Amino acid sequence: MSGLTLQNVTKEFGTFTAVKNVDLTVPHGTFVCLLGPSGCGKTTLMRMIAGLDLPTDGAIRLDGADITRVPTHKRDLGMVFQSLALFPHLTVGENIAYSLRIRGVGKEDQKKRVDELLSMIHLSGYADRPVAKLSGGQRQRVAIARALAISPKLFLLDEPLSALDAKLREAMQVELRQLQQRLGITTIVVTHDQREAMTMADTVVVMNSGEIRQAAAPVEIYRRPADTFVADFIGMTNLIDFSADSAGRATVLGTVVENLAVPAGLSRGVLSVRPEDVHLTAPGHGAIDAKVTFVRDLGGTIETFVEGGGKQIVAVSMPNARPDVSVGQDVGIKLSSDACVVLKS
Amino acid sequence: MRREAPQRLADYGPLLFPAGMLIVFFVIPFATMIAVSFFQRDPAGFYSTAFVFDNYARFLSLFFGKVLGFSLFLAVTVAICCVVIAVPFTYLLSRARRRTQVLWLVALLSVLSLSEVIIGFAWSTLFSRTAGITNLLVAIGLMSEPVALNPSFGAVLTAMVYQALPYTVLVLYPALVRLDPTLTEAARTLGASPVKSFFTVVVPALRNTIVATLIMVFIFALGSYLLPQILGRPQHWTLSVLITDQAIYQSNMPFAAAMAVFLVLVTLGLVGLTLIATRKGEAA
Ligand SMILES: Nc1ncnc2c1ncn2[C@@H]1O[C@H](COP(=O)(O)OP(=O)(O)O)[C@@H](O)[C@H]1O
Ligand SMILES: [Mg+2]
Repeated sequence: MSGLTLQNVTKEFGTFTAVKNVDLTVPHGTFVCLLGPSGCGKTTLMRMIAGLDLPTDGAIRLDGADITRVPTHKRDLGMVFQSLALFPHLTVGENIAYSLRIRGVGKEDQKKRVDELLSMIHLSGYADRPVAKLSGGQRQRVAIARALAISPKLFLLDEPLSALDAKLREAMQVELRQLQQRLGITTIVVTHDQREAMTMADTVVVMNSGEIRQAAAPVEIYRRPADTFVADFIGMTNLIDFSADSAGRATVLGTVVENLAVPAGLSRGVLSVRPEDVHLTAPGHGAIDAKVTFVRDLGGTIETFVEGGGKQIVAVSMPNARPDVSVGQDVGIKLSSDACVVLKS
Repeated sequence: MRREAPQRLADYGPLLFPAGMLIVFFVIPFATMIAVSFFQRDPAGFYSTAFVFDNYARFLSLFFGKVLGFSLFLAVTVAICCVVIAVPFTYLLSRARRRTQVLWLVALLSVLSLSEVIIGFAWSTLFSRTAGITNLLVAIGLMSEPVALNPSFGAVLTAMVYQALPYTVLVLYPALVRLDPTLTEAARTLGASPVKSFFTVVVPALRNTIVATLIMVFIFALGSYLLPQILGRPQHWTLSVLITDQAIYQSNMPFAAAMAVFLVLVTLGLVGLTLIATRKGEAA
């Protein structure tokens, strides 16, 4: 099979398990984001894919060949480090040409390829500058160009944009995604920023404590989270306990939610409801009773915080559907069954 | 982190103490030495005040030229040997576990506590026919009978490298620890084997440190005068040996001073040339 396959990959540091039984398939040409909180093992997993760390257990295959024990320099990959790791003693052009020089490519061809890459990253004419003289965003691009110089089979980036300011980061996310689609290169990006992952990835892999919690398309991760961790980590959500009777009818905060299908045998669990799916109505008429505690009007969206049954719930609405409520007012909450995701607690 | 340049005279206050020490213990003795180098030797006792160039003229002979040449050659060889051994060693050390690093550094520091005399006699025993390392080689069957390895150039070189190596490692260590380890990892992902990444990334990135270390060891080795006498033949004696000989045994202070001044000038000239050469290389 073409692409990257991880089988049961595990990494232990002494008694601490940093990566636990990871199975993952990355088809050729796709863009995958490893997403998770700091310390969840993203970098460790990426370093094993790059060959910089050896897995304690498991196998890594690239285009069908087992590369678990192939040394890094024979893997034909391109990697962008969090610190970028540009060589301070080389110019921009020499940095980009490094992998070509190591492989004995002729001077003429090196120069041609460097010019090509420099124009790709919009830095034509920068070849002879020292890297220390570049801005953060420019260095970022040079690191990307250096990693792509040999047209690698696999393009790895560890938190590549974390050092940039917010505006530049958003622009680079789009640019990186467009570049990847143009080159059709299999790409894995580590990030702890879910917005970044949603912007770029074909597949988002959510990790926690060294394990994969869910691997799916961004929209599916958002709409159909696999567990409470994923639901909570990706975007804002309301996690509300429910109990179900033997007929599968779910009761939330003392009120029955109509048409909600609870799997048989599940007597209690958690509902994940996105704030934009929480609708405020007048109290009564089968709605959950609640009281408005705070209204945050951000201009583009309005977040209304309400308290119902001792639980804080957030509703988000657009300005054209601005709820007509004020702090202290009694309201009702309507949860539509198709917006609720039933999760085990 | 950039500090502002001193603005007022008072800002230079903290410099007073080191400046005073430097003047009392370096500038004054050195000036005295330069003055003495123009004095005349008094055969009856010490020297008499004069202004003659005899001491320098006497130095310009084939004999002293050869000794100067050998001294410089020995110091350069020691410096190169030390750096060639110490750079890879310190690189591996800086990537080792903390415990390993501490153990090695303590061991190296303890070598520093040995005096030149002890080092000299220890090596002369190790190189001797009766109790030396060749006996070990005989015992394991690599040699048929023990031989004396000193006096010889190799013996002088070995002991001087042994003596200078801890300094070399300690000077290189901070720079290598500070070197970002992801640089070599990046080189490896770009297709360089660990050895290739050492030579294409670590060595060039540390170029200035390496040049500074070479100069330091060179100057350190130039001052060595005991080891060449203990472990070498007379043709392995350095200019420092002759200076000591003139100053202490021949009581010819003016001539000793002249040789010392000459040695300092040649050294400064060489260091200057090295710096210019590396600056040029950087621009290219
Ligand atoms: N070389 C190492 N030795 C011991 N523990 C490590 C090592 N590298 C990483 N870890 C631990 O493994 C966990 C995962 O680290 P990492 O993969 O860097 O997390 P992330 O990149 O997701 O923030 C962390 O708890 C970290 O302390
Ligand atoms: Mg990380």
